Amino acid sequence: MLELIESHAARGAVVVLGNHDAAALGRDVAGMNAQAMSAIVWTRKRLARRHVDFLEALPLSVREDDRLFVHASAAAPERWTYVTGRRQAAQSLEATDASIIFCGHVHEQKLYYTVATGFPMPFRPIPGTPIPTARHRQWLAIIGSAGQPRDRNPAACYALADLARSRITFFRVPYDHGSAAQKIRAAGLPERLARRLERGG
Amino acid sequence: MLAPEPGVEIDGFRLGERIHVGSMASIFRLEGPRGPLPLVMKIPRLGAGERSANVVSFEQCRMVLGALSQSPHHPTLVAYGDVETTPYLVMECIEGTRLDAWVERAPLAAQDTARLGHALALALHDIHRQDVIHLDLKATNVIVRASGEAALIDFGLSCHRHLPDLLAAEFHTPVGNWVYMAPEQIAGERSDPRSDLFALGALLYELATGKRAFGTPDSVAQLRRRLYRDPPPPRALVPATPPWLQEVILHCLEIDAAQRPTSAAAVAFDLANPGQVAITERAERIKRESLQKVARRWLRARNFSPSAPPPPATDLAPLPVVVVAIGTQDTAEPLFEALREAARRRLAANACRIACMTVVTPAAALTDDTPTGRHIKQLVSLRRWAKPLGLPEERLTYHVLESDQPAAALLDYAAVHEVEEILMGPGKEAAQIVTQAPCSVTVVRPPPPS
Repeated sequence: MLELIESHAARGAVVVLGNHDAAALGRDVAGMNAQAMSAIVWTRKRLARRHVDFLEALPLSVREDDRLFVHASAAAPERWTYVTGRRQAAQSLEATDASIIFCGHVHEQKLYYTVATGFPMPFRPIPGTPIPTARHRQWLAIIGSAGQPRDRNPAACYALADLARSRITFFRVPYDHGSAAQKIRAAGLPERLARRLERGG
Repeated sequence: MLAPEPGVEIDGFRLGERIHVGSMASIFRLEGPRGPLPLVMKIPRLGAGERSANVVSFEQCRMVLGALSQSPHHPTLVAYGDVETTPYLVMECIEGTRLDAWVERAPLAAQDTARLGHALALALHDIHRQDVIHLDLKATNVIVRASGEAALIDFGLSCHRHLPDLLAAEFHTPVGNWVYMAPEQIAGERSDPRSDLFALGALLYELATGKRAFGTPDSVAQLRRRLYRDPPPPRALVPATPPWLQEVILHCLEIDAAQRPTSAAAVAFDLANPGQVAITERAERIKRESLQKVARRWLRARNFSPSAPPPPATDLAPLPVVVVAIGTQDTAEPLFEALREAARRRLAANACRIACMTVVTPAAALTDDTPTGRHIKQLVSLRRWAKPLGLPEERLTYHVLESDQPAAALLDYAAVHEVEEILMGPGKEAAQIVTQAPCSVTVVRPPPPS
């Protein structure tokens, strides 16, 4: 997996540090449960020096033109705040003048957009439907997780942003979650982590 | 951007005759080297003195038209300009007669009203099937083509249920045309296709009688009259109105959206098959409801809440989440057990996930200096509450929200996460949550001590 991400990074992909990556580097990360920690411990043993160096070099956020990439909230990326509501979305958007934030951390796809008054409005995207994201307002796109869903749909999440036409399309794509779950069991990791992939939550 | 007027060129499009000036936008015919093209350009009115909602309406119109498939029932979007620099939409110029030409000639013969209504209902059904709701249906927004098909224009106030609703938070007064607006639109509901059926009913009423069903309201108070006062039955104004036509019109004008026809296709069918219309008491009415009934409705209308809109044509099943709100001050085991019992009953009814939730004030969170320590005490007590349920981990989640206003934080969470139900104790926030929650709320009380 890490090799795959390295190869994308080598070709110019934007990669930002996530809380699980930070934990794998031994940094103090709040809010991890015992099962997540057992997976971190397992990961740590398998990281070569090269992998550690790659992760160590990852930024918490990347700004590219009017786009900001960050794992959690742009307000304080290192605090790994979950953007679970309009208030948190407002805090993240207020922290940047970027017109669109791409983030994760929260596992379900959501698109927040600023309005004339009050906190940003939430919208649950319909997979496959392109949404125009005009640049004069701010958008916060939670892309969802690739393989750790929480909505009972085991399909992985991703999104495509069409920069020339200013629009974003969210997608769900099935993958071989059965094999992934088998590998988790074979590695002796907690059963729940495997079941979650199969059940989608 | 140059002031738009005939002869001016915008992004290579040359403006011809100005064919419409509205409060929100102007519309120009486009010209090619050999004369007028079958295209129009719509340019929103922007700048000093104009409403900021104009630009939002422009964005919404562009988004919805861009998402509709090509059809004779609405214009095809050809090109658009940037919202910030040169906002415009170029679309098909629909040739035909605007419906207001017929309204001027009303009352029409029943068969003409039915023919126009049938065409209009088919056009509405076409957009409803694509999960678009027009929400601003009026005679000037309908063009009847030479073929007899109706085309809907001006999607500036419309809503597409697969796209963000940019207008939802934009207006403080009910937005749309007050003459034809449905009761639920007055209450701010923008996602019910049956609102268009109400407007269709109001248009049919006007075509059949020559009178507006609810007059021309010029204040919100007058607008709200339709929440309790029914219009005079068409037969009271035009005695020749056939019962089946009155049945269709008054069925569309039901105050409660759930009492209206289920779809525009059903209305189209009825108007095309008068002999098949199921005649009820509505068809026979020759005067308005008794004042006694109106008074009862008026009382109810003070707390009017619209029927839930039907699910979109192609919705995804929402995630069933039940929030159990546990007050930080609550320590009484009898209440905890009552909440668990309510949760067990809920779990037995259908598969759902339980989200255990508590709200702490930011001040309380500051007493501990590490982010981990901040919530740990609350998390421990939430886990302790949930343990006796014996649920597998994946059916349980724990949330410590941080807010000065516990009720508002819970309501926000419930709205954003499309929560199915909230279970809570009878704390001081219960009243606010019960009245404002977007979902069912069950207030659980411990059994009295025996």
